[in-house]
Amino acid sequence: MSDAHITNHEEDGETRRDFIHIAAGAALAGAVGAVAWPFVKQLGPAADTRAASSAEVDVSKVPLGGEVRVLIGGKPFFVRHRTEKEIAEAEAVNISTLRDPQTDDERLVPKPDGELNRAILVTSGACTHLGCVPVGPGTNTGDYGGWFCPCHGSHYDTSGRIRKGPAPLNLPVPTYEYLSDTLIKISL
Amino acid sequence: MSGPSTYEPKTGFEKWLDTRLPLIRFAKDTAIDFPTPKNLNYWYTFGAILAVCLVIQIITGIVLAMHYVPNTAMAFDSVERIMRDVDWGWLVRYIHANGASMFFLAVYMHIFRGLYYGSYKAPREVLWILGCVIYLLMMGTAFLGYVLPWGQMSYHGSSVITSLIGAIPVIGDTIKTYLQGGPAIGNATLNRFFSLHYLLPFIIAGVVILHVWALHVPGNNNPTGVSVKDVKKDTVSFHPYYTVKDLFAILVFLFIFAFFVFYAPNSLGHADNYIEANPLQTPAHIVPEWYLLPFYAILRAITFDLGPITAKLGGVIAMFGAIAVLFVVPWLDTSKVRSMRYRPLAKQFFVLFVAAFIGLGFAGANNPDDLIVAFGEDKLVVAYTDETGAAARSESFAEYHDAEHFIEGLDESAGASMEVVKSGFKWLWAAQFLTFFYFAYFLVILPILGIIEKPKPRPLSIADSVLGKHGQGSAGGTPVPGAANAAAPRDDA
Ligand code: HEM
Ligand code: FES
Repeated sequence: MSDAHITNHEEDGETRRDFIHIAAGAALAGAVGAVAWPFVKQLGPAADTRAASSAEVDVSKVPLGGEVRVLIGGKPFFVRHRTEKEIAEAEAVNISTLRDPQTDDERLVPKPDGELNRAILVTSGACTHLGCVPVGPGTNTGDYGGWFCPCHGSHYDTSGRIRKGPAPLNLPVPTYEYLSDTLIKISL
Repeated sequence: MSGPSTYEPKTGFEKWLDTRLPLIRFAKDTAIDFPTPKNLNYWYTFGAILAVCLVIQIITGIVLAMHYVPNTAMAFDSVERIMRDVDWGWLVRYIHANGASMFFLAVYMHIFRGLYYGSYKAPREVLWILGCVIYLLMMGTAFLGYVLPWGQMSYHGSSVITSLIGAIPVIGDTIKTYLQGGPAIGNATLNRFFSLHYLLPFIIAGVVILHVWALHVPGNNNPTGVSVKDVKKDTVSFHPYYTVKDLFAILVFLFIFAFFVFYAPNSLGHADNYIEANPLQTPAHIVPEWYLLPFYAILRAITFDLGPITAKLGGVIAMFGAIAVLFVVPWLDTSKVRSMRYRPLAKQFFVLFVAAFIGLGFAGANNPDDLIVAFGEDKLVVAYTDETGAAARSESFAEYHDAEHFIEGLDESAGASMEVVKSGFKWLWAAQFLTFFYFAYFLVILPILGIIEKPKPRPLSIADSVLGKHGQGSAGGTPVPGAANAAAPRDDA
């Protein structure tokens, strides 16, 4: 490079040194990112943990009027076998009165034949307020016959919808599918 | 050489902080403006490389500890889980395992550098001793860490090393039991080793701070060994001159490091350590990690009793002695001249010493009874029991029919058997010879050389050496035989 050339660039306020600084800075930023990524990623769930993130439940084993509680990767889920009366109560609600409006049907998943199995309700077992596990059939079903959260007094109805108390949302319905008429697979 | 501080606080905040905790002043004086000899070569970059190594080990170690389980029933599986299931766990573990090797590679370069340029001599004795402490702590840390994956080598290696302690007379057995927390290496041992393996690196970090402090009082030594005479002419500021040089060396070092991590992650380890520890079965060939091999060779070189000292105790003493002798080098080397550049004889012995140390490493890796080179005739050895049936005897023969004849002459009950024994030079003999040289270098050669050696002329100053002016003028440049040099200042002035 001739002297004249260099002078030209310097007049524009650019020098080779600027170029080197920018190139080195960019390379450094890339390197720091590439090194940081594995060290952050290792904090996430490991492959064996991810592999253990679903469970199959035989719903025919759930007693009428009762529920089964399953832990998947440490998170609680409820599988409830509702009575005719409970189903009727869940369907009779005027959803415009609800804090988190959802019909009972919207909270169910069809069987392989496309029919809804209204008797079986599957929900998360973590109260949407601060994560306690509500109590249910056999203990205290609260004012609406579903679940009652003992921590701060949230009442859920027979569709798992929030009716009273501090919780903002209905008990979420997890991702699940009917593998057959009686076998469901719940995934995180 | 921390001269007067050149820091001028500019902003209001800097002024406020400077009168309360002069942190910025400290950083500027030690890492930016610090006057550093102009002539440092790449051997002087290993200090910075070592700092990087320590940081890498601590970061990867903390991550491993998040997934590792210090329990004999689960440790091995938890390490395999790190390798297979934890996202990027294989990378973190390979960095940590190879990082230990890289750390030792760098520390050996750093120590040999110090030995060659006489960096242990006044006024840097404390600096040197702190370095020896760090080296000792590193060996301890690496030994403890190697037990954690709970493989066959972990178990049987630690079992061998802890039984060494048992060789100490009278109290040895008690110490050993208290170290193991039981009659043998077990869960209690694994738990405390994990705890200490986590702790020691932070103690190392603490000693490193003292080490750097002790460096910054007299300032760096340099390849000529000649002290800084004129800060303006002989030194440059640490930043950017040495920050950039160190950074470049670190990058080259990381290339080598990355080569091992990505292309040969298990080449420095032992396949046996991928077999879960089994206390009932010792691997055929027990060896420590490569960086401890020279000391392992010294340990096994003592195969004879010395008066009341049994061979076992003698080995332990020799091994610890080999490290202990490093601490007193400043007082063993009697030469007034620091750098071996100007010590024609010492330079040659130094090369031999490095070769001996590497040779000891090979001796440590090989079975002591294996041959380095086979020579002479193979012999036939007949082993038998004497007439009383009380003692085993053997007899060697050069010819088959002589041996056969001898067996025919023996009684049936002697149970004679014949075996071919190769003859040649055993690794054990090499280890013994090299061990002898190792100690002789420190205890005999260095003390005597300082007296009899005639050093070459040294440059008057660092600036002169950089400008290629050698051995002119008088003072430091005059070739003075060590003995006649007694009156000259010990400092390589
Ligand atoms: C001076 C620094 C260190 C050195 C020289 C060192 C050395 C070692 C060595 C040689 C191993 C065995 C590697 C293998 O074959 O798997 C190891 C394992 C381990 N180290 Fe370190 N280490 C250091 C610092 C640390 C720190 C600071 C921690 C934790 C905070 C740590 C945690 C671990 C763990 C959990 C293991 C077992 C997992 C494994 O085997 O990979 N290390 N270390
Ligand atoms: S956590 Fe359920 S009401 Fe607060």
